[in-house]
Amino acid sequence: MSVDAGTPGPAHRLRHQLPLLVWLVLVWNLLWGTWSWANLISGVLVALAVTLLLPLPPVVGGARVRPVALVRFLGHFVYDLIKSGALVAWQTVRPRGIDRSAIITVQLRTDSDLLLTILAESLTLVPGSMVIDLDRERRTLGLHILHVVDEGDVEAQRASVLAEEERVVRAFGSPDEIAALDLAPGERSHGAGRRTP
Amino acid sequence: MSVMEALPDVLAVALLLLGTLLCLTAGLGLLRFPDVLTRMHAGTKPQVLGVLLIMVGAAIRLQGWSATWMLLLVAAFQMLTAPVSAHMISRVAYRRRHVRRDRLLVDELHTGGEMRDSVYRGDEPADAPPEEPGRALVESRREDLDGPPDAGGRQPS
Repeated sequence: MSVDAGTPGPAHRLRHQLPLLVWLVLVWNLLWGTWSWANLISGVLVALAVTLLLPLPPVVGGARVRPVALVRFLGHFVYDLIKSGALVAWQTVRPRGIDRSAIITVQLRTDSDLLLTILAESLTLVPGSMVIDLDRERRTLGLHILHVVDEGDVEAQRASVLAEEERVVRAFGSPDEIAALDLAPGERSHGAGRRTP
Repeated sequence: MSVMEALPDVLAVALLLLGTLLCLTAGLGLLRFPDVLTRMHAGTKPQVLGVLLIMVGAAIRLQGWSATWMLLLVAAFQMLTAPVSAHMISRVAYRRRHVRRDRLLVDELHTGGEMRDSVYRGDEPADAPPEEPGRALVESRREDLDGPPDAGGRQPS
Protein backbone atom coordinates (compact mmCIF):
# COMPACT_ATOMS: atom_id res chain seq x y z
CA MET A 1 0.00 0.00 0.00
CA SER A 2 2.19 2.81 1.24
CA VAL A 3 4.68 3.13 -1.58
CA ASP A 4 7.90 4.74 -0.41
CA ALA A 5 8.63 6.71 -3.53
CA GLY A 6 12.25 7.30 -2.53
CA THR A 7 13.50 3.81 -3.25
CA PRO A 8 12.00 2.37 -6.39
CA GLY A 9 14.45 -0.51 -6.59
CA PRO A 10 14.17 -3.08 -9.36
CA ALA A 11 12.92 -5.78 -7.01
CA HIS A 12 10.28 -3.48 -5.60
CA ARG A 13 9.17 -2.47 -9.07
CA LEU A 14 9.06 -6.08 -10.19
CA ARG A 15 6.75 -6.94 -7.30
CA HIS A 16 4.39 -4.19 -8.37
CA GLN A 17 4.49 -5.26 -11.99
CA LEU A 18 3.98 -8.93 -11.19
CA PRO A 19 0.21 -9.11 -11.89
CA LEU A 20 0.76 -7.40 -15.22
CA LEU A 21 3.56 -9.83 -16.08
CA VAL A 22 1.44 -12.85 -15.22
CA TRP A 23 -1.43 -11.48 -17.29
CA LEU A 24 0.83 -10.86 -20.31
CA VAL A 25 2.31 -14.35 -20.13
CA LEU A 26 -1.19 -15.79 -19.87
CA VAL A 27 -2.41 -13.85 -22.92
CA TRP A 28 0.67 -14.90 -24.89
CA ASN A 29 0.06 -18.56 -24.10
CA LEU A 30 -3.65 -18.32 -24.84
CA LEU A 31 -2.87 -16.71 -28.19
CA TRP A 32 -0.57 -19.58 -29.12
CA GLY A 33 -3.31 -21.94 -28.09
CA THR A 34 -1.08 -24.77 -26.97
CA TRP A 35 0.87 -25.26 -23.79
CA SER A 36 4.61 -25.80 -24.02
CA TRP A 37 7.75 -24.70 -22.22
CA ALA A 38 8.89 -22.79 -25.29
CA ASN A 39 5.68 -20.76 -25.23
CA LEU A 40 6.04 -20.08 -21.53
CA ILE A 41 9.64 -18.92 -21.74
CA SER A 42 9.10 -16.78 -24.83
CA GLY A 43 6.01 -15.36 -23.13
CA VAL A 44 8.03 -14.36 -20.08
CA LEU A 45 10.65 -12.72 -22.31
CA VAL A 46 8.02 -10.79 -24.28
CA ALA A 47 6.26 -9.72 -21.07
CA LEU A 48 9.52 -8.49 -19.54
CA ALA A 49 10.36 -6.59 -22.72
CA VAL A 50 6.93 -4.98 -22.81
CA THR A 51 6.96 -3.92 -19.16
CA LEU A 52 10.52 -2.58 -19.36
CA LEU A 53 10.20 -0.77 -22.68
CA LEU A 54 6.66 0.54 -22.17
CA PRO A 55 6.40 1.15 -18.44
CA LEU A 56 3.02 2.01 -16.96
CA PRO A 57 2.47 3.92 -13.73
CA PRO A 58 1.86 1.48 -10.89
CA VAL A 59 -1.69 0.99 -9.68
CA VAL A 60 -1.85 2.60 -6.27
CA GLY A 61 -3.49 0.64 -3.50
CA GLY A 62 -3.38 -2.91 -4.75
CA ALA A 63 -6.66 -4.73 -4.95
CA ARG A 64 -7.65 -7.26 -2.36
CA VAL A 65 -10.27 -9.68 -3.51
CA ARG A 66 -13.07 -10.93 -1.28
CA PRO A 67 -14.43 -14.16 -2.79
CA VAL A 68 -18.01 -13.92 -1.59
CA ALA A 69 -18.43 -10.27 -2.55
CA LEU A 70 -16.68 -10.96 -5.85
CA VAL A 71 -19.15 -13.71 -6.70
CA ARG A 72 -22.01 -11.37 -5.81
CA PHE A 73 -20.56 -8.64 -8.02
CA LEU A 74 -19.95 -11.01 -10.93
CA GLY A 75 -23.40 -12.55 -10.61
CA HIS A 76 -25.04 -9.14 -10.69
CA PHE A 77 -22.80 -8.11 -13.55
CA VAL A 78 -23.68 -11.07 -15.76
CA TYR A 79 -27.37 -10.64 -14.97
CA ASP A 80 -27.17 -6.91 -15.77
CA LEU A 81 -25.22 -7.59 -18.95
CA ILE A 82 -27.85 -9.98 -20.29
CA LYS A 83 -30.69 -7.74 -19.17
CA SER A 84 -29.22 -4.62 -20.72
CA GLY A 85 -28.37 -6.36 -23.99
CA ALA A 86 -31.90 -7.65 -24.32
CA LEU A 87 -33.42 -4.34 -23.21
CA VAL A 88 -31.47 -2.14 -25.60
CA ALA A 89 -32.06 -4.62 -28.42
CA TRP A 90 -35.80 -4.41 -27.74
CA GLN A 91 -35.72 -0.63 -27.54
CA THR A 92 -34.01 -0.64 -30.91
CA VAL A 93 -36.49 -2.81 -32.76
CA ARG A 94 -39.76 -1.76 -31.15
CA PRO A 95 -41.76 0.62 -33.33
CA ARG A 96 -41.82 3.62 -31.02
CA GLY A 97 -38.10 3.50 -30.36
CA ILE A 98 -36.74 5.43 -27.42
CA ASP A 99 -38.32 8.34 -25.67
CA ARG A 100 -36.18 10.87 -23.81
CA SER A 101 -32.60 10.59 -22.62
CA ALA A 102 -30.91 12.21 -19.66
CA ILE A 103 -27.45 13.22 -18.55
CA ILE A 104 -26.96 12.96 -14.81
CA THR A 105 -24.07 13.41 -12.43
CA VAL A 106 -23.61 11.08 -9.48
CA GLN A 107 -21.57 11.84 -6.40
CA LEU A 108 -19.42 8.81 -5.69
CA ARG A 109 -17.88 7.83 -2.38
CA THR A 110 -14.85 5.82 -3.39
CA ASP A 111 -11.52 7.48 -4.04
CA SER A 112 -9.35 4.88 -5.76
CA ASP A 113 -8.27 4.85 -9.39
CA LEU A 114 -8.60 1.10 -9.69
CA LEU A 115 -12.09 0.93 -8.20
CA LEU A 116 -13.30 3.85 -10.30
CA THR A 117 -11.99 2.14 -13.42
CA ILE A 118 -13.80 -1.10 -12.62
CA LEU A 119 -16.94 0.85 -11.77
CA ALA A 120 -16.89 2.90 -14.97
CA GLU A 121 -16.32 -0.19 -17.11
CA SER A 122 -19.14 -2.12 -15.55
CA LEU A 123 -21.53 0.83 -15.53
CA THR A 124 -21.23 1.20 -19.28
CA LEU A 125 -22.33 -2.40 -19.72
CA VAL A 126 -25.28 -2.36 -17.31
CA PRO A 127 -28.76 -1.22 -18.34
CA GLY A 128 -29.34 2.31 -19.48
CA SER A 129 -26.18 4.07 -18.43
CA MET A 130 -22.98 5.07 -20.18
CA VAL A 131 -20.14 7.00 -18.61
CA ILE A 132 -19.42 10.33 -20.31
CA ASP A 133 -17.24 12.11 -17.83
CA LEU A 134 -15.39 11.43 -14.61
CA ASP A 135 -14.34 14.31 -12.42
CA ARG A 136 -11.53 12.68 -10.47
CA GLU A 137 -11.12 15.43 -7.88
CA ARG A 138 -14.75 15.86 -6.97
CA ARG A 139 -15.46 12.17 -7.47
CA THR A 140 -18.46 12.83 -9.65
CA LEU A 141 -19.46 10.67 -12.55
CA GLY A 142 -21.30 12.01 -15.59
CA LEU A 143 -23.62 9.43 -17.09
CA HIS A 144 -25.84 9.33 -20.12
CA ILE A 145 -29.11 7.49 -19.55
CA LEU A 146 -30.65 6.04 -22.67
CA HIS A 147 -34.32 5.96 -21.77
CA VAL A 148 -36.13 7.90 -19.08
CA VAL A 149 -39.77 8.81 -18.74
CA ASP A 150 -39.82 11.04 -15.67
CA GLU A 151 -37.79 12.18 -12.70
CA GLY A 152 -38.46 8.89 -10.91
CA ASP A 153 -36.47 7.02 -13.53
CA VAL A 154 -33.55 9.39 -13.07
CA GLU A 155 -33.52 8.82 -9.32
CA ALA A 156 -33.83 5.05 -9.78
CA GLN A 157 -30.85 5.13 -12.10
CA ARG A 158 -28.85 7.14 -9.59
CA ALA A 159 -29.65 4.62 -6.88
CA SER A 160 -28.59 1.73 -9.11
CA VAL A 161 -25.26 3.45 -9.81
CA LEU A 162 -24.62 3.77 -6.09
CA ALA A 163 -25.58 0.14 -5.55
CA GLU A 164 -23.15 -0.93 -8.25
CA GLU A 165 -20.46 1.18 -6.62
CA GLU A 166 -21.10 -0.55 -3.32
CA ARG A 167 -20.79 -3.99 -4.89
CA VAL A 168 -17.52 -3.04 -6.59
CA VAL A 169 -16.04 -1.60 -3.40
CA ARG A 170 -17.12 -4.57 -1.32
CA ALA A 171 -15.52 -6.93 -3.83
CA PHE A 172 -12.22 -5.14 -4.38
CA GLY A 173 -11.85 -2.32 -1.89
CA SER A 174 -9.75 -1.98 1.24
CA PRO A 175 -11.43 -1.82 4.67
CA ASP A 176 -11.05 1.97 4.68
CA GLU A 177 -12.92 2.28 1.44
CA ILE A 178 -15.70 0.03 2.65
CA ALA A 179 -16.01 2.19 5.75
CA ALA A 180 -16.15 5.28 3.54
CA LEU A 181 -19.32 3.92 1.94
CA ASP A 182 -21.30 4.76 5.03
CA LEU A 183 -20.16 8.23 5.95
CA ALA A 184 -19.57 10.02 2.68
CA PRO A 185 -22.91 11.70 1.90
CA GLY A 186 -21.86 14.52 4.21
CA GLU A 187 -19.43 15.62 1.53
CA ARG A 188 -22.15 16.35 -0.97
CA SER A 189 -22.10 20.08 -0.33
CA HIS A 190 -18.87 20.42 -2.26
CA GLY A 191 -19.55 18.27 -5.27
CA ALA A 192 -23.25 18.59 -5.95
CA GLY A 193 -23.50 22.34 -5.57
CA ARG A 194 -24.53 24.05 -8.77
CA ARG A 195 -22.19 26.71 -10.01
CA THR A 196 -23.99 29.96 -9.33
CA PRO A 197 -22.54 33.37 -10.16
CA MET B 1 -28.02 -39.88 -34.39
CA SER B 2 -29.62 -39.83 -31.01
CA VAL B 3 -31.16 -36.86 -29.31
CA MET B 4 -28.31 -36.59 -26.82
CA GLU B 5 -25.78 -36.25 -29.62
CA ALA B 6 -27.79 -33.58 -31.40
CA LEU B 7 -28.37 -31.51 -28.28
CA PRO B 8 -25.03 -29.63 -28.25
CA ASP B 9 -25.41 -28.76 -31.91
CA VAL B 10 -28.92 -27.43 -31.38
CA LEU B 11 -27.75 -25.39 -28.43
CA ALA B 12 -24.80 -24.02 -30.41
CA VAL B 13 -27.00 -23.06 -33.34
CA ALA B 14 -29.49 -21.35 -31.04
CA LEU B 15 -26.76 -19.34 -29.34
CA LEU B 16 -25.14 -18.36 -32.64
CA LEU B 17 -28.45 -17.21 -34.10
CA LEU B 18 -29.34 -15.26 -30.98
CA GLY B 19 -25.92 -13.62 -31.00
CA THR B 20 -26.15 -12.58 -34.64
CA LEU B 21 -29.64 -11.23 -33.99
CA LEU B 22 -28.31 -9.05 -31.17
CA CYS B 23 -25.49 -7.79 -33.38
CA LEU B 24 -28.09 -6.96 -36.02
CA THR B 25 -30.06 -4.88 -33.53
CA ALA B 26 -26.84 -3.05 -32.68
CA GLY B 27 -26.51 -2.06 -36.32
CA LEU B 28 -30.19 -1.16 -36.45
CA GLY B 29 -29.77 1.04 -33.40
CA LEU B 30 -27.06 3.00 -35.16
CA LEU B 31 -29.61 3.85 -37.84
CA ARG B 32 -32.64 4.45 -35.68
CA PHE B 33 -31.32 6.31 -32.65
CA PRO B 34 -31.22 10.10 -32.86
CA ASP B 35 -27.72 11.15 -31.80
CA VAL B 36 -24.20 10.00 -31.05
CA LEU B 37 -24.73 9.30 -27.36
CA THR B 38 -27.75 7.06 -27.84
CA ARG B 39 -26.07 5.33 -30.76
CA MET B 40 -23.16 4.46 -28.52
CA HIS B 41 -25.60 2.63 -26.25
CA ALA B 42 -26.69 0.52 -29.18
CA GLY B 43 -23.07 -0.02 -30.18
CA THR B 44 -22.00 -1.38 -26.81
CA LYS B 45 -24.62 -3.38 -24.98
CA PRO B 46 -26.40 -5.60 -27.50
CA GLN B 47 -23.20 -5.91 -29.48
CA VAL B 48 -21.10 -7.12 -26.53
CA LEU B 49 -23.79 -9.57 -25.48
CA GLY B 50 -24.12 -10.76 -29.08
CA VAL B 51 -20.40 -11.38 -29.40
CA LEU B 52 -20.38 -13.23 -26.07
CA LEU B 53 -23.24 -15.49 -27.18
CA ILE B 54 -21.51 -16.20 -30.48
CA MET B 55 -18.33 -17.08 -28.57
CA VAL B 56 -20.22 -19.49 -26.31
CA GLY B 57 -21.95 -21.07 -29.27
CA ALA B 58 -18.68 -21.46 -31.15
CA ALA B 59 -16.99 -22.91 -28.06
CA ILE B 60 -19.69 -25.60 -27.87
CA ARG B 61 -19.42 -26.40 -31.54
CA LEU B 62 -15.62 -26.27 -32.02
CA GLN B 63 -13.46 -29.12 -30.85
CA GLY B 64 -10.26 -28.67 -28.93
CA TRP B 65 -9.13 -26.39 -26.14
CA SER B 66 -6.94 -24.08 -28.19
CA ALA B 67 -9.95 -22.63 -30.00
CA THR B 68 -11.77 -22.23 -26.70
CA TRP B 69 -8.92 -20.26 -25.16
CA MET B 70 -8.86 -17.98 -28.16
CA LEU B 71 -12.62 -17.39 -27.87
CA LEU B 72 -12.21 -16.64 -24.18
CA LEU B 73 -9.60 -14.01 -25.00
CA VAL B 74 -11.85 -12.43 -27.62
CA ALA B 75 -14.67 -12.24 -25.10
CA ALA B 76 -12.47 -10.74 -22.39
CA PHE B 77 -11.00 -8.07 -24.64
CA GLN B 78 -14.40 -7.29 -26.08
CA MET B 79 -15.73 -6.59 -22.60
CA LEU B 80 -12.68 -4.52 -21.68
CA THR B 81 -12.43 -2.38 -24.81
CA ALA B 82 -16.02 -1.76 -25.90
CA PRO B 83 -16.91 0.43 -22.87
CA VAL B 84 -13.69 2.39 -23.17
CA SER B 85 -14.12 3.21 -26.85
CA ALA B 86 -17.79 4.07 -26.33
CA HIS B 87 -16.80 6.35 -23.46
CA MET B 88 -14.13 8.14 -25.49
CA ILE B 89 -16.42 8.73 -28.45
CA SER B 90 -19.34 9.93 -26.36
CA ARG B 91 -17.09 12.19 -24.31
CA VAL B 92 -15.78 13.87 -27.44
CA ALA B 93 -19.30 14.06 -28.83
CA TYR B 94 -20.54 15.73 -25.66
CA ARG B 95 -17.75 18.26 -25.59
CA ARG B 96 -18.24 19.07 -29.26
CA ARG B 97 -21.96 19.39 -28.48
CA HIS B 98 -23.17 16.69 -30.84
CA VAL B 99 -26.09 16.26 -28.49
CA ARG B 100 -29.77 16.52 -29.24
CA ARG B 101 -30.75 18.67 -26.29
CA ASP B 102 -34.39 18.55 -27.26
CA ARG B 103 -34.32 14.84 -26.47
CA LEU B 104 -32.83 15.29 -23.01
CA LEU B 105 -34.99 15.29 -19.92
CA VAL B 106 -32.27 16.63 -17.65
CA ASP B 107 -28.65 17.55 -18.19
CA GLU B 108 -26.82 17.92 -14.91
CA LEU B 109 -23.39 18.04 -16.49
CA HIS B 110 -24.12 21.17 -18.44
CA THR B 111 -22.97 24.28 -16.59
CA GLY B 112 -23.24 27.75 -18.00
CA GLY B 113 -23.93 28.83 -21.53
CA GLU B 114 -27.62 27.93 -21.46
CA MET B 115 -28.56 31.25 -22.98
CA ARG B 116 -26.32 30.84 -25.97
CA ASP B 117 -27.58 27.35 -26.60
CA SER B 118 -31.05 28.50 -27.54
CA VAL B 119 -29.97 29.66 -30.96
CA TYR B 120 -28.43 26.32 -31.78
CA ARG B 121 -30.38 23.27 -32.69
CA GLY B 122 -28.09 21.29 -30.44
CA ASP B 123 -26.62 18.79 -32.86
CA GLU B 124 -23.59 20.47 -34.35
CA PRO B 125 -19.96 21.16 -33.50
CA ALA B 126 -19.23 24.04 -31.17
CA ASP B 127 -17.76 26.16 -33.96
CA ALA B 128 -20.73 25.72 -36.27
CA PRO B 129 -22.54 28.85 -37.40
CA PRO B 130 -25.79 29.54 -35.52
CA GLU B 131 -29.03 28.39 -37.01
CA GLU B 132 -30.75 31.74 -36.63
CA PRO B 133 -28.05 34.32 -37.32
CA GLY B 134 -30.30 37.27 -36.51
CA ARG B 135 -31.19 36.02 -33.04
CA ALA B 136 -27.62 34.97 -32.36
CA LEU B 137 -26.45 38.49 -33.19
CA VAL B 138 -29.02 40.07 -30.88
CA GLU B 139 -28.06 37.71 -28.05
CA SER B 140 -24.36 38.26 -28.46
CA ARG B 141 -24.91 42.06 -28.44
CA ARG B 142 -26.91 41.72 -25.23
CA GLU B 143 -24.10 39.66 -23.72
CA ASP B 144 -21.60 42.29 -24.71
CA LEU B 145 -23.67 44.87 -22.87
CA ASP B 146 -24.35 42.79 -19.78
CA GLY B 147 -21.06 40.98 -19.66
CA PRO B 148 -20.83 37.19 -19.81
CA PRO B 149 -22.84 35.49 -17.08
CA ASP B 150 -19.96 33.92 -15.19
CA ALA B 151 -17.14 36.40 -15.80
CA GLY B 152 -18.49 38.72 -13.10
CA GLY B 153 -18.61 41.70 -15.44
CA ARG B 154 -21.23 44.03 -14.07
CA GLN B 155 -22.77 42.38 -11.08
CA PRO B 156 -25.28 44.29 -9.04
CA SER B 157 -24.17 44.95 -5.45
